[in-house]
Amino acid sequence: MLNQPLKQVGIVGYGAYIPRYRLPAAEISRVWTEEIESVSQGPRQGKNGLKEGRATAAGIEKAVPGLDEDTATMSIEAARNALARSKVDPQEIRAVWVGSESHPYAVKPTGTIVAEAIGAAPAAQAADWQFACKAGTEAVQAAIGLVGSGMAPYALAVGMDTAQSRPGDALEYTAGAGGAALLLGAAGESVAVIERSLGYVSDTTDFWRRPGQQFPSHAERFSGDPGYFGHVLPAADQMMREAGLTAAEIDHVVVHQPNVKFPVRAMRTLGFESEQWENGLLVAEIGNTYAGSALVGLTAILDIAAEGQLVLVVSYGSGAGSDAFLLRTTGHLTAARMNAPSTGEYIGRRIEIDYAHYVRLAGKLAAH
Amino acid sequence: MSIASLWRTRQQRYSLQGETCPDCHQAIFPPRDVCPYCSEAAGPLHTMSGRGEVYSYTKMLNVPDGFLAQRPYTVALVKLEEGPMVTAQLTDISEEDVEIGMPVEMVTRKLREEGDSGEIVYGYKFRPVFAAAD
Repeated sequence: MLNQPLKQVGIVGYGAYIPRYRLPAAEISRVWTEEIESVSQGPRQGKNGLKEGRATAAGIEKAVPGLDEDTATMSIEAARNALARSKVDPQEIRAVWVGSESHPYAVKPTGTIVAEAIGAAPAAQAADWQFACKAGTEAVQAAIGLVGSGMAPYALAVGMDTAQSRPGDALEYTAGAGGAALLLGAAGESVAVIERSLGYVSDTTDFWRRPGQQFPSHAERFSGDPGYFGHVLPAADQMMREAGLTAAEIDHVVVHQPNVKFPVRAMRTLGFESEQWENGLLVAEIGNTYAGSALVGLTAILDIAAEGQLVLVVSYGSGAGSDAFLLRTTGHLTAARMNAPSTGEYIGRRIEIDYAHYVRLAGKLAAH
Repeated sequence: MSIASLWRTRQQRYSLQGETCPDCHQAIFPPRDVCPYCSEAAGPLHTMSGRGEVYSYTKMLNVPDGFLAQRPYTVALVKLEEGPMVTAQLTDISEEDVEIGMPVEMVTRKLREEGDSGEIVYGYKFRPVFAAAD
């Protein structure tokens, strides 16, 4: 358990971003698991292979960024949504921190681009965080410290990714795009008070990407246990134990979502029921948004939560570690949520693409 | 554009930062030294709302260097609600769904990349209005 900050901190504004394009997992398996001779689909529906409409019931799919989108542009829109919900003057923000595995530059901060675009420059910290899928919540922890110590009235923490995956790899079925921005400030003006937070880390090599490599590598089943379950479960357990809470006393829970199976198994093991996690479990619709995953799930919960509800958030980043946060929503939430598009509205603007368009959008064509 | 000129124009590209004329009170975009409406000195800085409507548009098939990867795309004249007209790409929409008079809003997107090792240039584009009911 981390020490509590000198001043209690809360989320004064939150914003999500999810790009429009959706690639169904069935389309990936059509290309990579079926024999070429057996694939006979006939002409595809819709113009240019693009289909609009809702996902089929069995459809698991992931969000794919457009040609003009990357972690910087997506962070800018999420940050603008967080600002719109807060009514904070961006010149009062003293830190713009972006956690991601897909920063557009290897050297040059995404944070300065976002800070400039939202009007927070120049009197601010700006930097990029790296901790696999935990980079976004690591930025939130640091922002709690900055605001809670009195060094800053407001700090912006973003978790955003355009997740990479090698064509044909198991990761490709879920590696999605999206994330969220949280603007932290004084608890008294917040939509959700951060009651407690903690971190839980170990040196566990389950997923990594070496410098210069385009795609990450992973240790197959090792990424489940001891990776994911070896950190998410004890972090959540410790949080509930130290807060003196049982799962039944928590209204909503969201954990990192690399696929559907892992988070559901983790939350069930912790004693939660589906009605506590259904609002924040987005992976079947948008994929694993890496550093954005737990945070964008949180935004979907904040979109529907009532005043005074408890929310448990547990992230997971390979390498490895989890951050856990216990939030309590306030009376400011209902009015604030109307000032920016909801996470569900972003999920709803859905354009289905085929694998060929995915290859173009993701820059995976060797002769690009 | 050079790195220096991109740097000078970053705030107008990222957030439509223009000016308001202190004499005739017209909104000015992009910012400049002299008001184009009354010829007095321009300023102070003013960030546009980002809302406007499509005044006209065209589909781009033959495109300049740096934009090849995105073609085809739609370029529009957008009349900002403050008055100035800007030329910009439309995004998140296909050309056949564009209509003159369509309400649009500014988003900051990737405009182009200066090759594999150069600067990534971000700036304003417009999409159909998506903001929450306000």
